[in-house]
Amino acid sequence: MSEAFELTISTELAEKIRAHGVETYPHECCGALLGRDAGAAQNSSDKQPTREVLALFPLVNRRDDSPRNRFSVTAEDVLAADKHAQQQRLEVIGWYHSHPDHPAQPSQYDQDHAWPWYSYVIVSVHSGAPKEMTSWRLKDDRSEFVQEGLAIPKAQAAN
Amino acid sequence: MPVKVIIPTPLRTYAGKRDSAEVHAATVGDALGGLTTEFADLRRHLFTDEGKLRAFVNVYLNDEDIRYLAKENTPTKDGDTISIVPSIAGGSLAVDVEKEMF
Repeated sequence: MSEAFELTISTELAEKIRAHGVETYPHECCGALLGRDAGAAQNSSDKQPTREVLALFPLVNRRDDSPRNRFSVTAEDVLAADKHAQQQRLEVIGWYHSHPDHPAQPSQYDQDHAWPWYSYVIVSVHSGAPKEMTSWRLKDDRSEFVQEGLAIPKAQAAN
Repeated sequence: MPVKVIIPTPLRTYAGKRDSAEVHAATVGDALGGLTTEFADLRRHLFTDEGKLRAFVNVYLNDEDIRYLAKENTPTKDGDTISIVPSIAGGSLAVDVEKEMF
């Protein structure tokens, strides 16, 4: 399990993903992760490229035939997410979905349908309650999903 | 005839970090062939081992989905824009993958 990559997301946004998974339970939820990828911005060379989620774009699961164990985002939804991201000067850096009553591990189906580069966040929802959350990236050669670090900094005390 | 191919963010790594490329092509299939000849690492993400476009790879010719045109045989002309747009899918169970209609 490699921790070569890391995805940072605030407690608040991580909570929103969990809440979306609870809301659609026992069906899968899905949505886009909007944010910035420092790797693309040619940052200073001594810093590890980092990727941060700064907003979410929740989507409707288009798989009404088997929504408990499948999700699908159409090309039109992807274009809408891209447009929404650009309006906020962000980009789509990945996707999230829930695994109702299943662990937060990518399935073979997830891997077969994945794109490289994107971060894939999975939240497990058991009996309607959110459990673990993980993030994954597909290897360049499509051979496997590699787990990346998921950094959820504690919310700073207001005031 | 040069056509412009828009490369989606997740595939730019395999295309010299470019967001688009110009290729000479008479059809959409030609254009994608030219693109994957220039950037060989793109091929496995666009095509299956059998050489078919992957189900979750959507190709538009000037905003028209090529599935509703002549697919990869759709003719192109000078100045056309081809967009490669991902669709995203997944799910918790690995069963019945073979049976799914794509």
